[in-house]
Amino acid sequence: MAEDGAHIAMVEDSGTWRFPASAPLRLDSGGEIAGLEIAWRSFGTLNADRSNAVLICHALTLDQHVAGTHPVSGKPGWWSLLVGPGKPLDPDRHFILCANVIGGCMGSTGPASINPATGQPYGLSFPVITIADMVRAQAMLVEAMGIETLFAVVGGSMGGMQVLQWAADYPERLFAAVCVASAARHSAQNIAFHEVGRQAIMADPDWRGGDYVRAGVRPDKGLAVARMAAHITYLSEGALQRKFGRELRRDGLSWGFDADFQVESYLRYQGASFVDRFDANSYLYITRAMDYFDMAAPHGGVLAEAFRKARDVRFCVLSFTSDWLYPTPESRDIVRALNAAGARASFMEIESDKGHDAFLLDEPVMLSALRGFFEAAAAARGLK
Amino acid sequence: MREDFREILRLVRPSARVLDIGCGEGELLELLAREKQADGRGIEISAQGVSACLARGLAVAQGDADRDLEQFPAKAFDYAVLSQTLQATHRPKAVLEAMLRLAERAIVSFPNFGHWRVRWSLLSRGRMPETRALPDPWWATANIHLCSLADFTALCDELGLRIEACAALSADRPARQIDPRKAIENWRAEQALFLLSRRPGPDFVEPTDGPRDLFSR
Repeated sequence: MAEDGAHIAMVEDSGTWRFPASAPLRLDSGGEIAGLEIAWRSFGTLNADRSNAVLICHALTLDQHVAGTHPVSGKPGWWSLLVGPGKPLDPDRHFILCANVIGGCMGSTGPASINPATGQPYGLSFPVITIADMVRAQAMLVEAMGIETLFAVVGGSMGGMQVLQWAADYPERLFAAVCVASAARHSAQNIAFHEVGRQAIMADPDWRGGDYVRAGVRPDKGLAVARMAAHITYLSEGALQRKFGRELRRDGLSWGFDADFQVESYLRYQGASFVDRFDANSYLYITRAMDYFDMAAPHGGVLAEAFRKARDVRFCVLSFTSDWLYPTPESRDIVRALNAAGARASFMEIESDKGHDAFLLDEPVMLSALRGFFEAAAAARGLK
Repeated sequence: MREDFREILRLVRPSARVLDIGCGEGELLELLAREKQADGRGIEISAQGVSACLARGLAVAQGDADRDLEQFPAKAFDYAVLSQTLQATHRPKAVLEAMLRLAERAIVSFPNFGHWRVRWSLLSRGRMPETRALPDPWWATANIHLCSLADFTALCDELGLRIEACAALSADRPARQIDPRKAIENWRAEQALFLLSRRPGPDFVEPTDGPRDLFSR
């Protein structure tokens, strides 16, 4: 759709940017992706001096449909509480852009895309990608759209990792950075949970060594189990207990292995609905990118070095008390490194029993903190 | 304006790098930025305070003086400010040392337990003092490490800290420069504000832990 950038200046827009084969995406692995496609969605209007652009980076299983209505599920965008009229990120003031990550399955080049070299779906011939590769692709898109400097880059969970990578790799191209419920590297526990998910997918006979698209099947069972396991890590013990307790679906036990408990039924539903909107190989590739993420590694283990050039960026780092996937000490490590690098870092731990998912939910303290942060940054940036 | 803020504003050099420990809603940091073009950072224990600071455009991290000062590299600041909080920390001695690791100078204020009202209250009633400067009953107060001027100057001597300036503060009077080692001031000062620096002595060791020079302009 929008190839020329002429009609990105609409209140809401979407499209797929196709880069010519002459402008491939170079990858950390040493390879490259030629004929890169990036699917994006935007809200609001880019102002005359192109200074009001906000890039939102999405989490593992989310997509570019951050606000508005999701074209597949028909549900409101995943961060509608943050993005929308009168919200902290307001299309009346900001040009809000979100792009599907590479490796994803909502329109950007990923393992389900057709490999132009073979005419067949990539499958496992898709190169292993990293968070930095995702960010490099976003930087190509942002540049192609004629945006030199982003007012802010914002994201939670894997989106927060991309935010940190943006600050490290393109510090001169962003004014403010918001990293919510995230970490500067994947912990052993994070990797362990991802491995469970990947093994569930690969154990499904319909996975077919990653070549299921050509075989006309889908490893739905494996992908559903991966989602069920991951979903538990997004919640908290308290949230599960409050929501389900030991509630049964009907009177009495079945004395079998049906879903007797409400929590079982809920997880099965989460798994079943996930497979309708997500690709199993994408799940493998994106979880791998997260596992490989360690911002300090290229700097001899000194995280502060990664942010050395990001001293002029205004950072806001947020965590949640009950998030055991990316617990508060991970955010504190980020803040400590930012302070050591001399950056302007703010940090807040928000009281919540909703676990990791809190960043997507109605957490008034988070939303008002972000509203204040964006308003102060806009004043400092001279945005109206 | 609060009398201690007025005094701090007077002490801080223009364009200084300042860490305000327990910065509340950021009033002092905002004042310092406006009046002294200070480059400020804050630490605040309450989410509400941090949120208010974010809305003011200040860089503030949630945390507390006892645990979270190690996140800053040595000599990252010109001044570290701790206003009316030292007596509420778990390890005031370690907090003072940490302040002078990360900053050239420390500005510390606290209620003086040697003030005549406090002494009189304890002497006459035989109960823990409840005064204008120390309004809470013993079972509700956050002040777990109260000290007098004499106690504090003794600790400064032990830590090798130089007292560059000291002012007596009270709610209804302008700040008064004092010599905190004079016994009479230990009776008269309701609260005191100190400007401290490290005294380079024979056993003075440059603070070296943590990365350095990353913060300089």
